[in-house]
Amino acid sequence: MKKSQREILDSSRAITRRVMMLAGLQLGVVTTLALKMRSMQLDHAEEYRMLADGNSIKIRLLPPSRGLILDRNGIIVAGNEQNYRVTLTREEAGGDVEPVLRRLSQLIPMSEQRISELMEEFSRRSAITPIVLADRLSWEQFSAIAVNAPALPGVTPESALSRAYPRAGDLAHVMGYVGPVSDYDLSRIEDPDPVLRLPDFQLGKIGVEGRLEEVLRGKAGARRVEVNSAGREMRQLSRQEGEQGAAVQMTVDAALQNYAAQRMGEESAAAVVMDCFTGELFAICSSPSFDPNKFVRGISSAEYRALMDHDHRPLADKTVQGVYPPGSTFKMVTLMAGLEAGVINPGSRYFCPGHTELGGRRFHCWRRGGHGTVDAIKSLEESCDVYYYELAQRVGIDRIAVMARKLGLGVRHDLPMSAVAEGIAPDREWKMARHGQSWQIGDSLNASIGQGYVLASPLQLAVMTARIASGREVRPQLIRSIDGVRQTVPDYPPLDISEAALRVARQGMDAVMNGGRGTARSSRIAREDWRMAGKTGTSQVRNITAAERARGVISNDQLPWNRRDHALFVCYAPYDAPRYAVSLVVEHGGGGSTAAAPIARDILLFALNGGLPPLDAVPSDQRAAMEARHEAMHLYKPEAARPGRSRA
Amino acid sequence: MSYLDYQVAQVPTGFRKILHINWPLVVLVAAVCCIGFLMLYSVAGGRMDTWAEPQMVRFAIGMVVMLGLAFVPMWFWRGISVAAYVICFLMLVAVDLFGTIGMGAQRWIDFGPVRLQPSELMKIALVLLLAAYYDWLPLDRVSRPLWVIIPVLLILAPTALVLIQPDLGTSIMLIAGGGIVMFAAGVSLWYFGVVIGMGVGLVAAVMNSRGTDWQLLKDYQFRRIDTFLDPSADPLGAGYNIIQSQIALGSGGWSGRGFMQGTQSRLNFLPEKHTDFIFTVLSEEFGFIGASSLLTLYMLIVGFCLYSALTNRDRFASLITIGISGTFFLYFAINMATVMGLLPAKGSPLPLVSYGGTSLMILMLGFGLVQSAHVHRPR
Repeated sequence: MKKSQREILDSSRAITRRVMMLAGLQLGVVTTLALKMRSMQLDHAEEYRMLADGNSIKIRLLPPSRGLILDRNGIIVAGNEQNYRVTLTREEAGGDVEPVLRRLSQLIPMSEQRISELMEEFSRRSAITPIVLADRLSWEQFSAIAVNAPALPGVTPESALSRAYPRAGDLAHVMGYVGPVSDYDLSRIEDPDPVLRLPDFQLGKIGVEGRLEEVLRGKAGARRVEVNSAGREMRQLSRQEGEQGAAVQMTVDAALQNYAAQRMGEESAAAVVMDCFTGELFAICSSPSFDPNKFVRGISSAEYRALMDHDHRPLADKTVQGVYPPGSTFKMVTLMAGLEAGVINPGSRYFCPGHTELGGRRFHCWRRGGHGTVDAIKSLEESCDVYYYELAQRVGIDRIAVMARKLGLGVRHDLPMSAVAEGIAPDREWKMARHGQSWQIGDSLNASIGQGYVLASPLQLAVMTARIASGREVRPQLIRSIDGVRQTVPDYPPLDISEAALRVARQGMDAVMNGGRGTARSSRIAREDWRMAGKTGTSQVRNITAAERARGVISNDQLPWNRRDHALFVCYAPYDAPRYAVSLVVEHGGGGSTAAAPIARDILLFALNGGLPPLDAVPSDQRAAMEARHEAMHLYKPEAARPGRSRA
Repeated sequence: MSYLDYQVAQVPTGFRKILHINWPLVVLVAAVCCIGFLMLYSVAGGRMDTWAEPQMVRFAIGMVVMLGLAFVPMWFWRGISVAAYVICFLMLVAVDLFGTIGMGAQRWIDFGPVRLQPSELMKIALVLLLAAYYDWLPLDRVSRPLWVIIPVLLILAPTALVLIQPDLGTSIMLIAGGGIVMFAAGVSLWYFGVVIGMGVGLVAAVMNSRGTDWQLLKDYQFRRIDTFLDPSADPLGAGYNIIQSQIALGSGGWSGRGFMQGTQSRLNFLPEKHTDFIFTVLSEEFGFIGASSLLTLYMLIVGFCLYSALTNRDRFASLITIGISGTFFLYFAINMATVMGLLPAKGSPLPLVSYGGTSLMILMLGFGLVQSAHVHRPR
């Protein structure tokens, strides 16, 4: 395509016109810039010069005080306490900090090692950065330093708030703890709040402290101060207070949590207490625990090592992170799957000879002699394994897995806690995806009694129990209110399970406690108005070899601790009008009926009674032991009665 | 091919091209870069090796690139304009898909040791393509709606990709850069009126969307707007930078505090003083004289480019020159307006002065095209 001379001329003329307009526009912009420059640098230069000059005005951040964390009754479980400390700025000390440190060591205890550590830190940091020499001083030490201030150039005694957990280890896993802001923390936050860059500022690391960090942190205040050229403050010009972070109220009852922790004692165990209808977690306790205050103050490496090396894993939150084969507590799932599928009805019977033969393998019932003829209720009451082996072959794993998920197993529940486990409700598809193998009928048999691939956390077992008890799709709730605003407890829809099937499961669980041959009969509640339903579980940690079986199965007591069975127990009460569901796992505790059920029962009683379990609620032969146990416990004293609500 | 209309034989060949390079422009660019080295030396506290030296190395490479490009015939650029645009576009898509995360946004593409910012390259490629488009389009069709929609789409497609990175600043630069080429090509002023009107409407919509569930910007972007409207409302967070930068700039006065004497920059009040806020260091240390001199140098660069465009009878060449000088103008005008508090802070470098490889190389590439247009202008 050729262009004529004329076209080219037209084009040039058009461009010329437009370039002139463009140049005009650009000149306009540049003139604006120049005028603004003139106004700032010539007309207002004096003001800016004053602001910039040596004794200029600086803005110092005031860290906000962190929001409180309360239990459901308003007891403070994470608060802030006054922390007296001293800092030293090298520049103000005249450059040489050693004589100052020596003089200071006469007022407060400071080891030679500490002094040399500090000297090294001073040489690393800039001269104008204040460095904390000592904190958590007593008032006496603090005032001694203040009085001697003239002899200690550069030393500033100051008081600041720091996080304190008055309930020590009780809620450590749920609540988490705060710690210094690391570079990693900063890198994860888009556009971080400048207050995070303050030295010694702490932010929530794990648990509720970590997950609700934004809510708890609050908003920083600021002081405008005039400083001289050395950076020393001359006077304060204005002060704008920050806003305290919002108070977070948990659903947890600190007294119940305390009792649960004490009741589990030194066992490696986890307990969850949940409201059957609202899903509120009244206690969620992992044992043994650790003192979160140590993390706030800076834990020594020896202490940290001790926590890490402890075989009971105190740092792990077993309630939500730990997953265990649920053992016989899973039998309600298999049973209801069978009932819903129409494979059995409550009256269907299987004969238990003590084992089932399948494909040349022998699957044993826990009772070698067998249970004889077993129906649905009896299968739970006596926890007959063979009944479930027979049932599983007819129901199939996929329907069992669907039922498990309906009851909250193999599903990650959304809680503001760290690393909430999903558990496993296995089915054919899962095994193919995970192991690349097809499902075997033997896998179904193992799964039917909660062994094999099935894994559940104590939280999930509590959810399962609450759902069976209430027949509703209850979800766990941990936060009751934030800043006084109730975090709504929704009305949960009914489960997609027929009432008939649920009733059979409940009756079976009732028979476990109150039936003549119930596996947990000795842990029953003696008071009829608190009648309790439950299910024991004992899950194998290892396989029993044929050789072992031939020799006679070794009892748990003879095995090393970490190879013993896990003891599990789930329960709820009252049977007629359910309120609380409890799940309890004692790692390597042995049998569910002996190791787990009594503890779960006591915790349930504490929840029902709103205080120490009354002695008349347990069978008479256990009362003396219970009384002795109560005396040995170190419980927090009940809080002073809070002002009661006015009665209208 | 319109070049065949001219007496191509008269275009200088071989090393004779060196005599026809727009030397004043080269000198001006070098002068601005030297000011940059001086400032980088100063903000590093009198050290060469921190910023000044690496920047000099990049400048040397950039200079070679620019002069090298000047030798490449103009018609070659028109030949690759479509390919250049497509490649940049694909790279933008790649960044959105696999780009590494830098400073909270996906902007870079990683080629082993080389990290490329396709959105910067796109600024040049877009100008190239639009210039080629208007060179090809007969004059009488320039303002026809159908023929206006095509370049608008060509501008909006990469802009959208940049916007989801998210990089609001660069997307505005792309729109403005493309708009300048369209403006120069003679698209009816009515269209620009409509677009500006729609822009105002969009701003109103964005501001009204805040807090609703169809919120159009991220929270931190809204905070920047708040800060811009009233820096003193949040003097510790986002407003801090602007206040400190204004103090530094204003306190320079008529002649400044002297080389290496700026207290604001010395005492670390200024953030990113070697990149986005380097103009404030210059203003603090050399005062109004220094700042307005740099502004004058910038305007001379733009002026020489526009003069070159006016005297170039080839439509493609002059549109390229106008587009690139316009982009350059946007760079420094936006940066200066930002540090003076006339525009919301958005983090853009001061062209040829700020420390940083990508923007320097892109500008040198652009000036290389301008030189090429100048050398190969029809005689």
